Amino acid sequence: MKYFILIQASRILFPTLLVLSLIVLYRGHNLPGGGFIGGLMAATAFILMGISRSMEQAKRALRIDPVVLMAVGLLVALVSGLPGILAGAPFMTGQWLPGFSLPLIGKVHLGTPLVFDVGVYLVVIGFTLHTTFSLAQLAHVDEELEN
Amino acid sequence: MSELLLVCPAIIFLAGFIAPTLRGLLGDRAGYVLSLAPFAAFGLILSQGGLINDGEVLHYSFEWFSSLGASLDFRLDGLAFLMAILITGIGGFIVIYAQGYMHGHPNLGRFFLYLLSFMAAMLGLVLADNLILLFIFWELTSITSYLLIGFNHEQKESRWKALQALLVTGLGAMGMLAGFVLIAHVTGTWQISEINNLGELLQASPLYTGIVILVLIGAFTKSAQVPFHFWLPNAMAGPTPVSAFLHSATMVKAGIFLMARLNPALSGSGLWEYTLAIFGSLTLLLAMFLGLFQRDVKSILAYTTLGVLGVLTMLLGIGSEYAIKAMVVFLIGHALYKATLFMVVGSIDHETGTRDVTVLRGLRKLMPITAIAGGLAALSMSGLPPFFGFIGKELIYKAGVMLSGPELIFLVAALVGNLVMMGLALKAGVGPFFGKPNHEALPKKPHEAPWTMWIGPIVLAVAGLLIGIFPFWVTEYMVSPAIAAIKGTEVVHLDLALWNLVKPNLPLLLSGITVLGGIFVFLLRARFWALSERVLTVIRPYGAEAMYERIFNATIWFSKAQTRWLQTGRLHDYVLMIVVVTVGLLFWAISSYGGWSFSVDWAEFDVLIVGLVIIMIIAALLAVVANSYMTVLVALGTVGFGVALIFAYYGAPDLAITQLLVEMLTVVLFMFVILKLPKLKTLSKKATRLRDLIVASSFGAMMTVLLLKAISIQFDGAISEQLAEMSYPEAKGKNVVNVILVDFRALDTFGEIVVVATAALGIAALVAAGLKKGKGASKA
Repeated sequence: MKYFILIQASRILFPTLLVLSLIVLYRGHNLPGGGFIGGLMAATAFILMGISRSMEQAKRALRIDPVVLMAVGLLVALVSGLPGILAGAPFMTGQWLPGFSLPLIGKVHLGTPLVFDVGVYLVVIGFTLHTTFSLAQLAHVDEELEN
Repeated sequence: MSELLLVCPAIIFLAGFIAPTLRGLLGDRAGYVLSLAPFAAFGLILSQGGLINDGEVLHYSFEWFSSLGASLDFRLDGLAFLMAILITGIGGFIVIYAQGYMHGHPNLGRFFLYLLSFMAAMLGLVLADNLILLFIFWELTSITSYLLIGFNHEQKESRWKALQALLVTGLGAMGMLAGFVLIAHVTGTWQISEINNLGELLQASPLYTGIVILVLIGAFTKSAQVPFHFWLPNAMAGPTPVSAFLHSATMVKAGIFLMARLNPALSGSGLWEYTLAIFGSLTLLLAMFLGLFQRDVKSILAYTTLGVLGVLTMLLGIGSEYAIKAMVVFLIGHALYKATLFMVVGSIDHETGTRDVTVLRGLRKLMPITAIAGGLAALSMSGLPPFFGFIGKELIYKAGVMLSGPELIFLVAALVGNLVMMGLALKAGVGPFFGKPNHEALPKKPHEAPWTMWIGPIVLAVAGLLIGIFPFWVTEYMVSPAIAAIKGTEVVHLDLALWNLVKPNLPLLLSGITVLGGIFVFLLRARFWALSERVLTVIRPYGAEAMYERIFNATIWFSKAQTRWLQTGRLHDYVLMIVVVTVGLLFWAISSYGGWSFSVDWAEFDVLIVGLVIIMIIAALLAVVANSYMTVLVALGTVGFGVALIFAYYGAPDLAITQLLVEMLTVVLFMFVILKLPKLKTLSKKATRLRDLIVASSFGAMMTVLLLKAISIQFDGAISEQLAEMSYPEAKGKNVVNVILVDFRALDTFGEIVVVATAALGIAALVAAGLKKGKGASKA
């Protein structure tokens, strides 16, 4: 069964949650947030779409297999450790670009810890959605929505 | 120059790795090309002969794990030179022989890979000058020999025997490793050449006895000494080239080599000498006794090999000038004639289809070259002049007659052993070729083996004859330097001329007795064969192999029993086990460290928190007694959100947010499956529920105590303060929690996300299984 309110709400909440998750991811270094929380938020956006419309649609919106997403996340996290080695320091030593300022956002510090956090973000999204999709398939959620 | 010590094993390894490809390209002829590797190594090592003769050593060292003391130290001294020459020289011929023997075998390439890898490992083992390096090569020989013995892996028996060899030698190696660690602990070095100069230090140490026992466990298992002798005859399940190489000339000598290598460090206490002499002579006598009743030519050879290993161990134990000399000479002689005999037996088997000595007869006309090689080798093994075996046997008796008192028992053992060994030598090497031919009884019509299969035996057999006549060819370059290495002294040149040995004295008399006795044993061979079945069935249940089987089966039984007990497949039991063990360990830890006292500052808890906790307790109790999933879910959700609020209240926003999100997702995910679950019902018995209540309550109580203790203990604040201080200047982040996660402890986090990803794959597997099951059920 489909619920009108849920569908309409998800239409607005989906992009909002995604943007919010990115903000949380970025600001994590200085304020509460980070890759783990951001990842969970982003996954929530897709789950919301899944239970309001269909899991198929959520999968299509994700565009990429969650397992692949996890793999990419692991790779990103791993690669973020390499600049440390190149700089002659131990693996995963943080390396930073010189700070600069942007309008709206203010002072920006970009460095490998942020890249690492992006990796965590992707793995968490992949894990949560992979689990959700699997369980939903097992529970025939889409068929229930159809009826 | 010294790089050749690294190069020699490396080229053989390399040859092994390209063997399967090369076989694919060239077919069976690949064997010719591959044999170049051991022969090249042979040449390289032989070129150092002059150096060795001058009493010098070649040393090559490459830093590897210097912090662990494991560096690639190679050293070529007299003993290593002798062993390396035997390994590479015989190895080259074995490769050629294998090509003929395994002609057209679909897995010949793989066979060469195993064989050459083994050869390289063995070469590395004898050249190693570092205990860790030696251990690595030692284990490599065990593994490759496992693959070689079990090469005919379609046969169950073959696999079983290969596993037996691996388990016995592998377990022994564990003991040996422990012994090595103790040696390094006492001497402070892993380098063997240094250790050999620190013998007095080792023997003064209280750990000395332990070291000797542990090292000998390794050596005795590898060299098949009593009571670990049984795996060697069983290892004959491998293809014959394997037996010829591993179980006569090389691998089984690794144990002897190890004892000889460490002899300067460990000998001199009496413990070492007597242990070796006693176990060696026991091995010799037992092997000879069992060998008498064997009818398979290969088995006969296996038991004589066992006997020789016993002799070598015994001689090393006796340790006198003559004994060590005899040991080295015997070792060279044995390698030559035993490899030959094995190859001869392989050829006979290959051409006639049988190895049963009661059937094989009169093959000399049909297989003349093989017959010559077999005869020469058998005569050398019998210890008749002018073969090299004779010199070895004479030296044994010379060493023997110098013993006195109860030690003379070793002379008796040597005499009996040699006598039977001669009988067996004739049985295996001469018997099949003489007598009235009965080709009808053979499974195949025999003819001479191809040249690849007789070149090796004939060269090695003739070598045994030539160095018997001209012993000075080997005494200077091989025997004297090896003796010096074993005794840990300077090289003293000696004269082993045949004519010096043939003097009317006691040793010669003993030789005479040996020859007569040996012929007697040979003539009576049919009697022993007739008794074979009866004797072997009587003693088998009491033998070491029966013991091995009992231990093996008991281990399997124990493993199955504990698996049945621990791995029930029921989630309930797993959780119970984890909880009970955790409670037990915590109880033990708190009782033994820190005690049960704690102080609680009740002022820290204000009304809000107390109220929240009360709500959470009620919710938790509700979850336990509820009889619908929905109620359970809501109740648990309440507890979860309560925890999130507590986090938020005490100023941990990151944790609070995470907790909230996880709680929410849990509810959503649970909703998917809630309808598919069977109705909640109480299925467990009252006693079970009572037990679970007790376990759960004690777990809760234990965690409470732990937490209360944790807050009442004053931790060193410096760590958290320092992390907070470093956070901005070093990691450019103000959120310490996040900085710790992604910067200070990023590697830990990486490990965690790997775990997360792995868990997801596990879930995928479970769900896939569930889907399959659901489909099956709906079809049915």
